[in-house]
Amino acid sequence: MDSALIWEIVIKSLVLILVLLTGFAYLTYYERRALARIQARIGPNRAGPWGLLQPIADAVKLIFKEELIPAKAYKIVFILAPIITVVPAIVITAVVPWGGTVIVGGREIALSIADVNVGVLYIMSVASIAVYGIVLAGWSSNNKYAMMGGLRSSAQMISYELALGLSFVAVVLLGNSMQMSQIVDAQRGIWFIFLQPVGAVIFMIATLAEVNRAPFDMPEAEQELSSGYSVEYSGMKFALFMMGEYTKMISISAIMATIFLGGYLGPGVDRLPWLGPLYMFIKIFILLFGMIWVRATWPRIRYDRLMAFGWKVLLPLSLAVIFITALGILLEQVWLIPILSLIAGGVAVLMVNLSLRRKAYAR
Amino acid sequence: MTVDLILFFIVALVAITTALGMLLSRNAVYSALFLVLNFATVAVFYLLLAAPFIAITQVTVYAGAIMVLFLFVIMLLGADALPESKVLPWQKPLAVTLALILALESVYLLFIRQTAAGGIGAPNAEFGSPQAIGTMLFNQYLLPFEVTSILLLVAMVGAIVLTKKQKGGQG
Repeated sequence: MDSALIWEIVIKSLVLILVLLTGFAYLTYYERRALARIQARIGPNRAGPWGLLQPIADAVKLIFKEELIPAKAYKIVFILAPIITVVPAIVITAVVPWGGTVIVGGREIALSIADVNVGVLYIMSVASIAVYGIVLAGWSSNNKYAMMGGLRSSAQMISYELALGLSFVAVVLLGNSMQMSQIVDAQRGIWFIFLQPVGAVIFMIATLAEVNRAPFDMPEAEQELSSGYSVEYSGMKFALFMMGEYTKMISISAIMATIFLGGYLGPGVDRLPWLGPLYMFIKIFILLFGMIWVRATWPRIRYDRLMAFGWKVLLPLSLAVIFITALGILLEQVWLIPILSLIAGGVAVLMVNLSLRRKAYAR
Repeated sequence: MTVDLILFFIVALVAITTALGMLLSRNAVYSALFLVLNFATVAVFYLLLAAPFIAITQVTVYAGAIMVLFLFVIMLLGADALPESKVLPWQKPLAVTLALILALESVYLLFIRQTAAGGIGAPNAEFGSPQAIGTMLFNQYLLPFEVTSILLLVAMVGAIVLTKKQKGGQG
């Protein structure tokens, strides 16, 4: 471990953190503009050209707001909770490869911070730690609405973590490795979203639930919990929760792009390695638009249905997806995988539809 | 090697402190949080022993899943606000005796009969990789692995049966 390597890792980490935090600021702007477009409004357009300075104005406003700590709150945990929410959202991206190797000043630099051989498991473990921030925020506020939000989110995140982990298994089977760079390399022929479309959809749904985004934003439902776990937070601490949520959106889109959309691969990336981060950016941008689109169009799912959907639909379906993937690899008939998994997904959609219809008639 | 040793002592200090904090804190939620930290330090130990797979699994399973469920139950039952229960009178002497026996045993093994500690050679480089563990788990230890999975399944079915009965025999 020479000192140059340590400096390289430190500089890469700093650059990644800066990019993620800037990305967070402009993601809020992107979301507000896109939501406004979908709802036939204009959106923020006053601060700077096209409202581009809006995130800076928001940050300044939140920094100078008064910070309230409720008298009955558990103070240490109350202050720690927003930090515990932000940190996993940032460190989860450490294993994502943002490109191949580039040469800077005669030195070969791999565009990923830590390409460990347990990359997929690392993502799972950091994702499972992420729930603490929200649960502790809900508990330490000493407020029943915050508490309900925290309990709901812990139940929801544990339930959807299973489907998330199982959809990772299909990718590990297809890529024949847990190392993120090898999973990307395995997609040189065909992206995994075409080999395992149902797995990709399960991953997308489970991640939406993991980051508490609409339509799975029960933990912070404004109408019934008055914004749930974050109800007692104000000023910069509230901003940290927002930062956690939006950074998680970026991280999760980056992971999804890496394991299903071929990561940094694209035309000409082998000759010009700097194209890798650009392709990643385009893919993440598109996935983020998908998340915003979902938020703009779908209403929130009722809480009992949300849990039932996670346990009774997503979990069996993801088990079926793993079985089909393993079968296709064992028989060496890769074309079987998308066909059979689409059939399984179709059956699942049909059954959800039938069960909903039966309940509607019974009433 | 010396860097590893310094790291080991720092992590060991953190592990002991968090374990004590878990035992001594009056609030059940704080105890649970100290236990989470303790699990995390144990994961660092595994990393120092060149076993990344087990380290990550430790974090995922214990810190990420089991302790979240613990916290969930503590919060749901409001156990953090329970009044202090009576201390069992025979608990303290028994704990001290058992701790003494353990300490003597480890002193004997480490310093008097040194062959046990010195006999363990350094593992080869592939020792802790996911591939090596997978191969071992599905060849050498296939039967224990399957038995464990059946055990977990039985526990799961048992939990479901118990909750069904509480609802008044409708399921």
